[in-house]
Amino acid sequence: MRESIIRLEGATKRFPLPEGGTITALDAIDLDVARNEFLTLLGPSGCGKTTLLHVISGFVQLDQGKILIDGDDMGTTPPHKRPVNTVFQNYALFPHMSVGDNVGYSLDIAHVGKAERVKRVGEALDLVGLGGYAARMPRQLSGGQQQRVALARAIIARPKLLLLDEPLSALDRNLRQAMQIELKNLQAELGISFIFVTHDQEEALTMSNRVAVLNGGVIQQIDTPRNTYNYPANAFVASFVGASNLFDGEVRRDGDKIVITTPENDTVEAVLRDERSLNGGGKLTAMLRPEQFSLSGTGGADNCAEIDVTVDQIVFIGSTYELLGKTAGGRQINALLSASHQTRIGEIEQSGKARLSYDPAAVHLIPADDAGAAQ
Amino acid sequence: MSALTLRARQRLQLAGLLGPVTVFLGIFFLTPLVIMLIYSFLAPGLYGGVVWEFYPHNFGRILGFADPAFEYFDPVYFQIFLNSLRIALTTVVITLLVCYPAAFQIARLPERWKTFCLFLITLPFFASLIVRLFIWVLILKQTGFINQTLMSLGLISEPLDLIYTEGAILLGLVYIFIPFMFLPVYASVEKIDWTLVRASQDLGANGIQTFWRVILPLTLPGILGGSILVFIPSLGNFVVPAVLGGAKVLMLGNLIEQQFLAARNWPFGAALAMLVMAAVLVLLFLYVRFESKSGDDAPLLN
Repeated sequence: MRESIIRLEGATKRFPLPEGGTITALDAIDLDVARNEFLTLLGPSGCGKTTLLHVISGFVQLDQGKILIDGDDMGTTPPHKRPVNTVFQNYALFPHMSVGDNVGYSLDIAHVGKAERVKRVGEALDLVGLGGYAARMPRQLSGGQQQRVALARAIIARPKLLLLDEPLSALDRNLRQAMQIELKNLQAELGISFIFVTHDQEEALTMSNRVAVLNGGVIQQIDTPRNTYNYPANAFVASFVGASNLFDGEVRRDGDKIVITTPENDTVEAVLRDERSLNGGGKLTAMLRPEQFSLSGTGGADNCAEIDVTVDQIVFIGSTYELLGKTAGGRQINALLSASHQTRIGEIEQSGKARLSYDPAAVHLIPADDAGAAQ
Repeated sequence: MSALTLRARQRLQLAGLLGPVTVFLGIFFLTPLVIMLIYSFLAPGLYGGVVWEFYPHNFGRILGFADPAFEYFDPVYFQIFLNSLRIALTTVVITLLVCYPAAFQIARLPERWKTFCLFLITLPFFASLIVRLFIWVLILKQTGFINQTLMSLGLISEPLDLIYTEGAILLGLVYIFIPFMFLPVYASVEKIDWTLVRASQDLGANGIQTFWRVILPLTLPGILGGSILVFIPSLGNFVVPAVLGGAKVLMLGNLIEQQFLAARNWPFGAALAMLVMAAVLVLLFLYVRFESKSGDDAPLLN
């Protein structure tokens, strides 16, 4: 059975603006995180994800709505009484305490005896691969090591929920990728629910059980990484999570297919699976991921649709070529082409024109009213 | 150009930069100090000045090993020393109690209010110390502002003894030295990373625990720095007890002044001054030891 660790119901928070009026940081958020779940809050800066984190850790009080942690209403519970710990963005290690004292801080506060504390600090440091570092001072450690100390400090008291506020943003790329995997393993090992905040969509897709995409204080979509990527609920999610080519326009039926005609007279073919998508009054947005395109005549399904583009630039990325171009109607196109068609790509670069094909059945359709909801 | 001449040039530059200040401090600071040190071990002349013979009894008079053939040990000097120590420490405590909460309040203000408050704190430096102290005389004296007001309101029938008390000296010292405490304390309070406070609360510490374990240790360097800056000049302060203490409360500064100008016992005055300096140096030494310990990067990584 799915056991809820944290539950937000209609959580709303407004902040006053210095010039008067208010800004709604969280707008009637409903969220439910299960035990042992790894949930990522993904969104651009200012989307409300940090406010949401502060609401959960207790530093921000809700204006409306409810917050329940493991079934207990936490409405007015101060931060120090919540079974929640945080890994801060800048690590927030106490500079005047050794690594061991930092990690053991919460145990010390809880009056855990010295012998027990030393033992558990050792275990926590071993867990993050820093065994034997207890006597060091934080400033003697590298960024990655400080990150691990912050992690050890946050998990030592076995909170019910661990919040991670963009903890990897200050690390370089290789270290970040290593830490992503480590965090995922650690979470599985500890059995603590993680809420991980990031603005890095790759990070979100790699690590999470579910991704909640936030924008404008509203959860745009909350789903598994695959569904979020393949079936974005609206245009905002489609463009924020991964690269996408969006075509919004009028729908015309054509046998078992539909054709979407944009205001600029570009057309995209698709297959309508759910009639309800058309509730928005005959308008839809079609989404094609860059990797869904291929060069015409290089194989692929028989019933492919095609689109002609003028090529602005072809960028070599190693395993693929990224084609940046425009449709006849002037819409930007981003396509990833297999590097195995080198000669064809040479020709395209010469001519500046390409014909791309795609599978209409794989085109994802976004209802127009939802697409409009994303500002 | 070879490395040697480069090094020689660097040395020359160093000498050029440090030379003038070294000469200045040597002539106007070190030399008088050495003269004082030597005088403190000489015998007093009959009409002031010194007699050139070794004479340890100046210190004996204060510390209790005087040979009665020359000088008498008088515990009153040690008493004055302790009294001054107590007044200086009380000044430190009061200025700290005033400045510490104020520093937090001001650090929280928006930027332009902060600047304004800092300006207000340093404002008294623009007026002469003596003038400011005499204004306190006008406020505190028998026919002064406070007594007049209270009497005209009928709250008291005869003037209170406000001036020429230890309280008046404390008031004056606190008044003078508040900026010296405030600035270092404020500097350390403003530097506090408030995510550390949040981290502490997040890890289960309540407000009081967070204060003792995080905020206080992080601001301790400022507190110690301010305390030293207030303590040292308070201990040897001469103007405040002279103006607000009258003849009733004697502090070390006044005692030393009396030895030089009234009693014409230069060696004894020098001995007193040396003891004050020794006490201050011991304190400074302890402070430096503490500072270097807390800022020690002992065994660095790699």
